[in-house]
Amino acid sequence: MVKRFPSGIAPSEITPRAVYLRRRDFVAGALSAGLIGTMAPLMPANATPLQFSKSAFSTTEPPTPRKDVTTYNNFYEFGTDKGDPAAYAHTLTTKPWTVKVGGLVGKPGDYDVDDLIRNTALEERIYRMRCVEGWSMVIPWVGVPLADILKRLEPQGSAKYVAFETLVRPAEMPGQRGLFQPLPWPYVEGLRLDEAMHPLTILAVGLYGEILPNQNGAPIRLVVPWKYGFKSIKSIVRISLTEREPPTSWSKQNPREYGFYSNVNPQVDHPRWSQATERRIGESGLFVKRRPTLMFNGYADEVASLYAGMDLKANY
Amino acid sequence: MSALNHAPPHWTRLVLGADPIRRAIYIVGMMPAASTFHLALTDALGADPQKTLERTLGLWALRFLIIGLAISPLRQIGGPNLTRWRRTVGLLAFYYAVMHLSVYMMLDQGLAWSVIWADIVKRPFITVGMLAFTLLVPLAVTSNTTMIKRLGGVAWNKLHRLVYAAAALAVLHFVMLVKSWTFELALYCALIAGLLLFRLIMSLRKPQRASRRQPA
Repeated sequence: MVKRFPSGIAPSEITPRAVYLRRRDFVAGALSAGLIGTMAPLMPANATPLQFSKSAFSTTEPPTPRKDVTTYNNFYEFGTDKGDPAAYAHTLTTKPWTVKVGGLVGKPGDYDVDDLIRNTALEERIYRMRCVEGWSMVIPWVGVPLADILKRLEPQGSAKYVAFETLVRPAEMPGQRGLFQPLPWPYVEGLRLDEAMHPLTILAVGLYGEILPNQNGAPIRLVVPWKYGFKSIKSIVRISLTEREPPTSWSKQNPREYGFYSNVNPQVDHPRWSQATERRIGESGLFVKRRPTLMFNGYADEVASLYAGMDLKANY
Repeated sequence: MSALNHAPPHWTRLVLGADPIRRAIYIVGMMPAASTFHLALTDALGADPQKTLERTLGLWALRFLIIGLAISPLRQIGGPNLTRWRRTVGLLAFYYAVMHLSVYMMLDQGLAWSVIWADIVKRPFITVGMLAFTLLVPLAVTSNTTMIKRLGGVAWNKLHRLVYAAAALAVLHFVMLVKSWTFELALYCALIAGLLLFRLIMSLRKPQRASRRQPA
């Protein structure tokens, strides 16, 4: 069973149900009072504020500064340097954006991204993000539970996995051109169906209360907070439900170093470096101290049951 | 004028030597370090300043190793003879390696010696990096005129061939830590492989020439 509330959250921090149910009135009230309007000058140009509710799944840890979250990215479609996505992704066309849904679903088809998430309330999820390279951030995503979307697509009984695919568009993605291409394209990822249906798993369309910046995987990306960052595939153009475990980019590239599961696990080292500790980005700059990495990135209470009885050393 | 001759040498002369070109190489060569430390201390090195500082210093150590290794081939293919300043370039490489290692030990690992030792033993890329650094130490220690005289030219030259292994290990250290190949990495590998291969070819050609000179 999945526990609804993580143990770290005091009942006093949880919005009372009566208040929660009136959240739209609150937003409307704030709008008419001009509260949200006055926030606009604080936001970067072209940013589109989103309307969303808060979530009990959010951490209370301080979020990593927006500047770091949007300028320090691994998005190899735009280049292997962490500054490349912020430098080159702004030219990516994200409208119109079609997500092809196929495989073992009752409602396959080509969905416009807006139609795909329409009628699903946006939630803010402030999650820890642990990169396989040994650094971490705290990121305020805005998105929808993947489970809500999948249920509406009606998975067939035989479906056991969900496969995802990123856009291939060399004309707009410089990392997909030239002699040295770090990975075969398209970038592909996958989850077991129960992982995909877990309430922590979301499709994010926003960041820091605004439309997702291109370098963070616009217009729609996966966020699976208990797995290493590379599992959270960006700029998704295809979602397929399958019976067999789908191939995933990094484990195809180097099966010894990257497995299908890639759960954050301080006890299972990367073959080349330790995963026991991490550096939190944006925390005391040059003199940042390593902090211990937590099992399942601190989401063990919620997700450990998904892997009951599994050898996590063998299924890394 | 005579008063000037008896004045104690200025401190810059003691540190940097009398040769103005050598001084210039030191000053220019230390600029990347000055710049990256300045950016690091003013919080201008991006989201992960520690890693950027560590990588930048390591990269410059590798670059100066490559420049040092290029000096003999340049002369042998008919270019200018810069051998006089090769030790200076080699020492710059060593100083950058010291700074790179210090950032790893002090900032990255916070001088947690047990963790550092575990890293050296368990992580092949760190083992290789430490080995490269260790090989540079005797070269740096003997990079002065007194030591050349004491060892004698032949022995000194032999000892300093360790730099070939150090350079190969340094670039291997780089290869082993990245997640995937990049143009930059391929370029460094090609440069070091080329410079080492050049020496191998030259050393294979020499005995042939010598045998031709032998009397029939």
